[in-house]
Order: sequence, then C-alpha cells, then structure tokens
Amino acid sequence: MAVVFEKPKALTDAVLHYCPGCTHGIVHRLVAEVIDELGIEGKTIGIAPVGCSVFAYNYFTCDMVEAAHGRAPAVATGVKRSDPEKIVFTYQGDGDLASIGMCETVHSAARGENITIIFINNAIYGMTGGQMAPTSLPGQVTQTSPYGRNTETQGYPIRVCELLSELDGPAYLERVTVNNVKNVRNAKKAIKKAFRNQLEGKGFSLVEVLSSCPTNWGMTPQQALDWIDEKMIPYYPLGVYRDKDGENNG
Amino acid sequence: MAKLTFKEELCKGCGLCVNACPKKILQLSRERLNQKGHSPVEIIDQEKCIGCAFCATMCPDCVITVEK
Repeated sequence: MAVVFEKPKALTDAVLHYCPGCTHGIVHRLVAEVIDELGIEGKTIGIAPVGCSVFAYNYFTCDMVEAAHGRAPAVATGVKRSDPEKIVFTYQGDGDLASIGMCETVHSAARGENITIIFINNAIYGMTGGQMAPTSLPGQVTQTSPYGRNTETQGYPIRVCELLSELDGPAYLERVTVNNVKNVRNAKKAIKKAFRNQLEGKGFSLVEVLSSCPTNWGMTPQQALDWIDEKMIPYYPLGVYRDKDGENNG
Repeated sequence: MAKLTFKEELCKGCGLCVNACPKKILQLSRERLNQKGHSPVEIIDQEKCIGCAFCATMCPDCVITVEK
C-alpha cells in the first residue's frame, strides 16, 4: 500500500494550539504542502503575525520571523529586498492585516513587492476573545457588538481583495475558502499560484481565505463551516480579483 | 482496500472528518478520551474505506494518514 495522504514535511511535529475545528490548521497544512511540492523549504522565510496564528513560527520548518502587530508586509519587504533569492510569505489574520496593518498591506501592494501574503479572514478577533473586526459582517454579534454590528455607528466591513484590486501594483488577488473538500482543493491551487508567482518574479500575490472561528462565533465546527456558505460568501464573493497573467483582470 | 491510521493524541474531536466521509464510517469515540480529554475519531468499518482522503483533507490537525 502506498501513502496517499500524510502530514507535509514542512510542518513541524508541534501540536497546533488552535481550538477544535479551527480552519487555521487546514490553511497551515496547505501552505506546507505547497512548500513541499515546490521544493522551496530551504529557501523560504515566513513572517508570523500577531493574533491567533502568532505561533505560526513553531509550526513551519522553514525560517520564520515574528513581526510587530500588522507589520508583516513591511518585514517581508525588508527580508525580500535584502535577499531576493529567498521566497518570503506572510501569514496574517484579519485583525492584523485589515485593521492595524492596513497601511502596510496597501502600500506593499501598491509597490508591487514580490512577496506572497496568506490572509485569513474569519470576521472576528479570535485571540483576544471575539471582538468586532473590520471584516465582521453587518448585524454580526460579537463581544463588542452584542446587538449585532450596526453599520450606522460601526461602519461597513472591508473587502480586502476588492480594495487592493483598485491598485496597479498587485499581480494576483484571489479569495477562496476551506469549508469543504472542493474548496480546500481550490484554496491549495490558489496558494500554490501565489508562491509560484513569487518564484517567477511576477510580484505581489495575496490569497484571502474565508476561515471559521467556531469558539468565538459560538457554533460547532460544522455549523461554522456552514455559516461561511450562508453568510460570509454572499458578502465576500469567492473568485480571482486580479491576475496579471491576463486570464481574469479586475 | 484502503487503510486509515490516526494520531489519536493530536485529535481534538471537532468531527469535521466525520461529516466529510462519503461512506459515513467515521465516528467520535463514545468510550475513550485522549490525553487532552477529547473524544478521538475512530473508524467503524475499515473494509468500506475507499481511500478518498476527504477526512484527512478536512482535518485541521493532520491526525489522519491514508494508505491505499
């Protein structure tokens, strides 16, 4: 018998600290599988964020740098420019990338830095206990919006892929999710393309992954995956928002 | 004939693999707990496994190894 599925080599043996059913684990695995398949483990440098995935540096076997909150794209810019032969990726959540780090995100995209960003959008601040995030949906109940997000006082969620697609800098922007087997496979294709773009020098690539937070959404893991289908995808449509290969521009 | 092996101590009992299985041959144990206190996944009928790896694809914790 041949092994058809096992843990990728680019993941360490450390036990993931994430809550049961958290899709961070799936996305970690997809990134590691892509690193394995492209054979770039020895020359990859990851940038860990602040948030639930702050311990990402314990889980990948490649070199990792821990950035200050939201500053991962700035650190990635520095690492990539000082050693352009390295493959540099950041792994960031929505509180990190779309709130405190929005400036770094937008400007690294505008500069078209040749880096890869994996953006986990779970519509909530996970690590700090479920506060409202810039990506929380209208009406969504969180710790800091107990009556649901009121768009009159709290504004509207930010669609990061659409926002960045207005810039000329990015080479590749796609939104995927991991809430069923088919979508996990599509997500892996997108992540692989984002890494390959960097290998080919095409420039800034960002993959937004709609992710679940069963603990802070107050749901079972399966209910949370269904909630992505029912609530998140209608507000955050999946698809390619920029592809400089010319297949699907804008 | 396919074979599943589980790293039981990594399992958090989230049940995503149970829901992903097209043959419905996985369940969370009703009798055992692992060291973390979760009910680990177990296979009911190994003979019916087709080795599709849907369970392993949905597992966030790399618990499952699939051989075929």
